[in-house]
Amino acid sequence: MSETTLADLAHEVRSKNAGPFWVTMELFMRDADGYRIAADESFLNERVIAGLYRVEESTVQIFRIPSLNVVKISFPRPISQGSLRDRDMHAGQHHVPLARLPVGRPSGRDR
Amino acid sequence: MDSQPVKPVRVLSPSGMLGAGWDHATIERGLALGADVISIDAGSTDSGPYYLGSATPKTTAKAVARDLRSLLTAAAGAGIPVIVGSCGTSGTDSGVDWVAGIAAEVMAQEGLNLKVARIYSEQNAARLKEHLDAGRIHPLPPLGPLHAETLESCTHIVGAMGHEPIVAALRAGAQVVLAGRATDTAVAAAYPLMKGLPAGPAWHAAKIVECGGQCTGNPRAGGVLATIDADGFTIEPLDPKVSCTPISVAAHMLYETANPFEMREPDGTLDVRDARYTAVDDRIVRVEGSRFHVADQYTIKLEGARITGYETMSFTAIRDPLILADLDAWADLMRTMIKHRVGQTLELADHEYAFDLRLYGHNAVLGDLEPETGPPREVGVMLLVNAPDQATATAIAKVANPLMLHLPTPAMDYLPSLAFASSPAEVERGAAYEFVLNHVVDCDDPTSLFRIEMAEGADV
Repeated sequence: MSETTLADLAHEVRSKNAGPFWVTMELFMRDADGYRIAADESFLNERVIAGLYRVEESTVQIFRIPSLNVVKISFPRPISQGSLRDRDMHAGQHHVPLARLPVGRPSGRDR
Repeated sequence: MDSQPVKPVRVLSPSGMLGAGWDHATIERGLALGADVISIDAGSTDSGPYYLGSATPKTTAKAVARDLRSLLTAAAGAGIPVIVGSCGTSGTDSGVDWVAGIAAEVMAQEGLNLKVARIYSEQNAARLKEHLDAGRIHPLPPLGPLHAETLESCTHIVGAMGHEPIVAALRAGAQVVLAGRATDTAVAAAYPLMKGLPAGPAWHAAKIVECGGQCTGNPRAGGVLATIDADGFTIEPLDPKVSCTPISVAAHMLYETANPFEMREPDGTLDVRDARYTAVDDRIVRVEGSRFHVADQYTIKLEGARITGYETMSFTAIRDPLILADLDAWADLMRTMIKHRVGQTLELADHEYAFDLRLYGHNAVLGDLEPETGPPREVGVMLLVNAPDQATATAIAKVANPLMLHLPTPAMDYLPSLAFASSPAEVERGAAYEFVLNHVVDCDDPTSLFRIEMAEGADV
């Protein structure tokens, strides 16, 4: 059986430019249970994002917004917008590595 | 003593961009609901540096004319102003003149004689250098300190105005304000701020309506109307079948912002940490608790783009499973062979040009970040070459052409023929640009970097 991912627990996962020099991503989780998983600092933190997107850990900003069941992540664009090696002008498809991050099997189940 | 209570102001936002189109009935509905002003954004940096660097619009004149006709006839009939921000996509002076020319044509055809203000936002590098030398230009992360050569290298530089130049134009009697580069929010905040409404609700409402219907449950069904009062604002979609919910409105605060709680404007910072979003009914949302902290120093953000070279593109495609099975090795060999052949025939060293080989269908979008590993069914191969001049970029693409047609994988002992998508194979893309400014300049006068010109109807 395939693993459960953040996308499976989310209503929407999206990414977008925040001006020419920043990328921002949002995990709109379906409910408070999904939010608890995505907002868990031991699961999703600056180091994990730095690894997924090969950016400097110290540049990653994470905002957890329980009232919306949203986790928002921002970091400087590693490739300058519109430059020869930029393949995603609006950074609109960069949410995928985050969306398919496997979430741990909820503890207590299947025991 | 309490001052006179200010009257609420209703801001009609038809769409996120002039030229994107809408159903005119949604504008009529906004007027019926009592709109006091129509404001719309016409650009941003979102689509890349080309539009600023080349001072050309992303939209087409016919679409802009169609949308302006809808707005100008509606506003003239209702006697309310129209405010357009970031004209011509990047807000260069020629972008403002381009929209003004289209507006003049529409007014002539419709028999309208509205007073039009053009606000120019383009900046002169030499003048900015004086600010730089005086220590009044500061970087925003992730960029570092600015060098004079960077300013001089830009083909165009614009400053993102706040609401003040727009208010100045309205006070001077403008019925149509065509602004150069403005913050997305200043366009919608200007009129309520002019009418004395508090900055917290005015800027927050402006952020929520900047993309028209995007804060609703159906962004395709037209824009929204925000009613700003002394304590907050309400927002409702212009299409009666569409709804705003507390979540759809609050979620828009996250859109295209690095920080979801704070947003810097020229004269201060919008702070929505304590904002409360409540449903008035099943389609209208009330927002209260938005604050605005006035900054110690007024700043204008600069945007500038420069040419990085000239590009030529070539595109072929692979369907052969034997090549697809060993695709990364094929791509590595392609990169090596292109450098080798370019050195051999054009006598160019690696550092004298650059190219990017993109495998669409395999890892073109995410590159090294691509998590999938399965074999693709078909792959488009894009070669994008950048060189100091167009002729060299095209020469490099032409040298690569036999490889784009026939390169085998390292394991194959025969020449495959790949699937070119067009003839000729090369497409000259012209100048390529990059953004190089992410800096603010300290200004003591909010209007000092901008120039306002007024004209009427056909004289626009």
